Amino acid sequence: MPIEVNGKTLETDEEGYLVNLDDWEPGVAEVMAKEDDLELTDEHWEIINFLREYYEEYQIAPAVRVLTKAVGKRLGKDKGNSKYLYGLFPYGPGKQACRYAGLPKPTGCV
Amino acid sequence: MAKASFEVPEITGVTEVPKIEPDTMAHLETFRAKPEFMEALGFPGEMPEDWKEKTLEAMGDMLKKYRSLQVFLDSCVKCGACTDKCHYFLGTADPKNMPVARQDLLRKVYRRYFTLAGKFFPKLVGAVDLTKEVIDEWYNYYHQCSQCRRCSVFCPYGIDTAEISMAAREIMDRIGVGDKYCNEIIGKVYRIGNNLGLPEPALADTLEGLEEDVFDETGVNVRYPLDEKGAEILLVTPSADFFAEPHVDGLMGYGKVFHEAGVSWTLSSYASEAANFGMFIGSYENMRKISLRIRKAALDLGVKRIVFGECGHAWRVAYAFLNTLAGPFDFLDPDYPVPQHILEFTWGEIQKGTLNIDKSANDDMVVTFHDSCNVARATRMGDKPGGQFEIPRNVIKAVCNNYVDMPEGTIKEATFCCGGGGGLLTDDLMELRVKGAKPRMDALKSATDEYGVTHMAAICAICKSQFTKVIPYYGFDMDQIVSVHQLVSNALILTGQQEEGEEESEEDAA
Repeated sequence: MPIEVNGKTLETDEEGYLVNLDDWEPGVAEVMAKEDDLELTDEHWEIINFLREYYEEYQIAPAVRVLTKAVGKRLGKDKGNSKYLYGLFPYGPGKQACRYAGLPKPTGCV
Repeated sequence: MAKASFEVPEITGVTEVPKIEPDTMAHLETFRAKPEFMEALGFPGEMPEDWKEKTLEAMGDMLKKYRSLQVFLDSCVKCGACTDKCHYFLGTADPKNMPVARQDLLRKVYRRYFTLAGKFFPKLVGAVDLTKEVIDEWYNYYHQCSQCRRCSVFCPYGIDTAEISMAAREIMDRIGVGDKYCNEIIGKVYRIGNNLGLPEPALADTLEGLEEDVFDETGVNVRYPLDEKGAEILLVTPSADFFAEPHVDGLMGYGKVFHEAGVSWTLSSYASEAANFGMFIGSYENMRKISLRIRKAALDLGVKRIVFGECGHAWRVAYAFLNTLAGPFDFLDPDYPVPQHILEFTWGEIQKGTLNIDKSANDDMVVTFHDSCNVARATRMGDKPGGQFEIPRNVIKAVCNNYVDMPEGTIKEATFCCGGGGGLLTDDLMELRVKGAKPRMDALKSATDEYGVTHMAAICAICKSQFTKVIPYYGFDMDQIVSVHQLVSNALILTGQQEEGEEESEEDAA
């Protein structure tokens, strides 16, 4: 199902992930979050931005531990855990946050 | 946790056989693979015009290749012993999830085209013509079987529904009808080396991070080596161990055990996956191709031993098929099992006394153990029958003071699948996964109510991911799922390890 972002129609796959990763712009995350009845705060953006940076370097989403460690370093130790991330992204940081960030869905036994 | 768009079954601690509700799961069709995913595996991208002939050709081929398949299709006497044994039936009440009914989906077409009675008197023997509707039904219900083989334990003829389900998936793949989850993943193994699509630099970065973490925690340099030629052991583990929780805590445990045992070991970026989804789709060719990567990595790195990490179906492929798929392994050290399970390795070290264990490190838990279906019913560990049940429990008991089993009939050879095995661990099957977990959740609740169980340990990446995802639907917490080697890691005191607070007290003294 395609999504409308700032007047542009962007293609997504069956599971709602962007088909062309280059289509991403911040508006994508806003539109996707709105569909999930979620309001994006600065905390959400910290995660989304980190995911994008990591993806740019490694061509894959970061492992949960890599993500929690990075969050812990940047935002304080109390936030460096999956509980905090699930609090922000109830469908799971690996999947929901990746979708908002325009990354492909992590596959496999995860 | 996300909200459920379906009714979550209630758990009581005892799984009652439900009253049947026809077609409750008929709507559930997992995403089909796009042509590009199909073609990458050597299958047609789309259904060909002569799909009917191709289907029967594939079926005939499978019947010739696997004598067992024909025996299974011929020998069912409809005794009903299997009907209440499948976790998906128990959780969904859909009678097509009874193993016999699942088998019949293929059996009725087999009878029509491959048996004399079915050719001439189809109605008398329940034989039906092959139509697109039949294929659709195959697609839905053969993707509601986790190939766990619990039903076959209770079948007086030993009919293995898993094998029928695998054959059905292979037949469908051969007419361009495959599922996205498995087939996309297998393509990633060929392109990148693992199910996740984790490239070598990301893998190296992740492992480096683990070394830092273990050092920060213990003050000991435990290594997590990648592609190190000349290492003694090649560790092949599911890529989820690099990525997910609690899997990674298990991986950290393997590394600590190797460190204390004083053996050199390495991971391979080329064979950075133990899982072999070729088995789930019943494809010998794909299963072989994936297995050969392990052989190549072992040869390239010059290792003497291969050890598998915590992964259920990987251990089935490794234990039962690896030698015929990718052998002979005459270049490995014959003094060790080829291949060896990490639990066999760790149990060996515990028995030798090389590991310094402080069991009290796990005193905050009352642990139970979930037997993974493929390990329990298709493999062994150690050199005694039942070793696959005993060795994991022995290891847990060696590192934990509080261990209890879940009720009889839900463990060991009668274990219930986690609900996500067999290539069904995909979000679009969440309804099936949640409902299929019900029997295990009942058993866990029973053990929780009776013994105060706080944690359930598992030795399979799928089980771990499935449970962390679905147990919140039943009122449990995702943190209650742990890796067995996570428990080992908690209790293992490394040589030279700083005790907690030691660093500060030294500073105080200074």
